[in-house]
Amino acid sequence: MADRRVVVVGAGPAGTRAAERLAAAGLRPVVIDEAALNGGQIYRRQPAGFTRPAEALYGFEAGRARAVHGAFEALSGLIEHRPQTLVWHIYDGALHLLCGTKAERLPYDALILATGATDRIMPVRGWTLPGVYSLGGSQIALKAQACAIGAEVVFMGSGPLLYLVAYQYAKAGATVAAVLDTSPFSASVKALPALATRPAMLAKGIYYTARLALRGVAVHRGITPVAIEGDDGVAAVVWRDAAGRERRTACDAVGLGYGLRSETQLADLARCDFAFDPIARQYLPVTDQDGRTSTPGVYLAGDGARIQGADAAELAGRLAACAALRDLGHSVPAAEFASLRAALAPMAQFREGLDTAFPWPAHFAAGFADSDVVCRCECITAGDLREVALEKGAPELNRAKALSRVGMGRCQGRMCGPAAAEVLADALGVPVEQVGRLRGQGPVKPLPIATEIVG
Amino acid sequence: MSRFRRLGETGRAPIRLTIDGAEVWALAGDTLMVALLANTAALRDSEFDAGRRAGFCLMAACQDCWVWTEEGERLRACSTEAADGMRIVTRGTAWRIDAS
Ligand SMILES: Cc1cc2nc3c(=O)[nH]c(=O)nc-3n(C[C@H](O)[C@H](O)[C@H](O)COP(=O)(O)OP(=O)(O)OC[C@H]3O[C@@H](n4cnc5c(N)ncnc54)[C@H](O)[C@@H]3O)c2cc1C
Repeated sequence: MADRRVVVVGAGPAGTRAAERLAAAGLRPVVIDEAALNGGQIYRRQPAGFTRPAEALYGFEAGRARAVHGAFEALSGLIEHRPQTLVWHIYDGALHLLCGTKAERLPYDALILATGATDRIMPVRGWTLPGVYSLGGSQIALKAQACAIGAEVVFMGSGPLLYLVAYQYAKAGATVAAVLDTSPFSASVKALPALATRPAMLAKGIYYTARLALRGVAVHRGITPVAIEGDDGVAAVVWRDAAGRERRTACDAVGLGYGLRSETQLADLARCDFAFDPIARQYLPVTDQDGRTSTPGVYLAGDGARIQGADAAELAGRLAACAALRDLGHSVPAAEFASLRAALAPMAQFREGLDTAFPWPAHFAAGFADSDVVCRCECITAGDLREVALEKGAPELNRAKALSRVGMGRCQGRMCGPAAAEVLADALGVPVEQVGRLRGQGPVKPLPIATEIVG
Repeated sequence: MSRFRRLGETGRAPIRLTIDGAEVWALAGDTLMVALLANTAALRDSEFDAGRRAGFCLMAACQDCWVWTEEGERLRACSTEAADGMRIVTRGTAWRIDAS
């Protein structure tokens, strides 16, 4: 049993807690992360030589960030940490890794995928202009590099991160030209009962909004994006307010995002079953309550399974490790399962509240002009997608991909996937679940031309 | 023209790079993306339209921040640490064919 190799992909909160639990059981898990430093997204660390204290980087979450970083550091010597290593394929019970230009195959007995999420993007005319960044990317510039994405920044989209990042920018001394939220205020009111299941989280949201108001940052709700304008970079955002009036906000940068989408490509390569999740409006891997997938020996935890935030990710990471341990024949106390499951229960309800308060604006897809770019990798437009749907008869996304190359470019559909599904569904006049999902394909990210196979 | 604005952490050691032949200064610990965009407005030409690109996701997911060294090595600027002496090309590279 001691020889069983358990691999954890992702060193964020979920992966950290999974590795910790495995090590506590006497295993020596391999922890792989593409990033140089542990921490994942929310607790992303700044490089050596930076001096801001945890409070400046993580605000209310400073204590938790310290705890997660500390837990990972305490595992030094007890785990095999492989930073700067990409898992680019999974095949036949083995991971395919890339570190620098060296590729290697790593067989596993059990695999915990804690791969996190990326921004969920709804394109808008002009979103390929220099100066437009994802909302999460805008936060990374600040958190990991102490930079703002521009001198005057508009944050546009929806979701709790919109207000958090705007607040963090304003607090760090950046000029926030406006916060433009596509969700109407009435949606927040409707979501209140569900959000109240986690009062501390709700209070934080209210705090950020109030602070923005105090700093004089204009916050508009129920807006509709029209275009991002500029010649060789962002010069303004054009939008319609809740009353339908067209307005223009001058700026040189835009942070754009509508919540998060789970990073599920590895689960797909591990042949896990997926099902449509009507709350996320995304196909997600099917798991039991402890993170077991349909593929024996493969487990999921954290945002990569479903978007529930950092605290849930820690719990789910530990729970998935417990499940893996039990399946490998270790004894795990029933009470541990019970307490983790109980702690996770309110997270799901809060998550539903967030989706009610900040809904994904699927209906924008119908409003795209034919010339609007949906796929930024290869400049594939809404018109191109409508043509493959209506004239070439593509009934679902993978056929549309083959015919138009949407989702085939360098990002493999990470940026355009959710919007492309909506454009296709709208063109075909079918519910979005009917157009399916882009199948994950290895390599999940482009490999360097000089890749050398070492194992 | 620069795109990114530094809001702090400016006490780090300076490093020197060249962008399209011109010498610029950045700071030790910068990602290549920050080192470049603190000095210039974009990172590369789009292969599919006339526009320039300056990256998008900063988390190694979108691959929109590829730049090239003068020797023709492709680097993902958001996840590569800038190093003293790097010589980066952001325009009309001869290696574009390899980009897909
Ligand atoms: C940019 C961003 C910013 C966020 N900021 C906040 C915030 O401020 N507050 C908040 O409450 N929530 C925030 N969130 C939500 C946040 O994702 C969760 O709260 C939490 O970080 C999820 O933890 P996790 O362990 O599931 O995944 P993550 O923390 O995302 O960690 C996943 C890790 O897996 C690695 N990985 C993924 N795929 C591979 C692969 N193929 N090969 C190797 N490694 C891989 C990644 O490099 C990453 O380090 C943010 C999310 C994003 C995307």
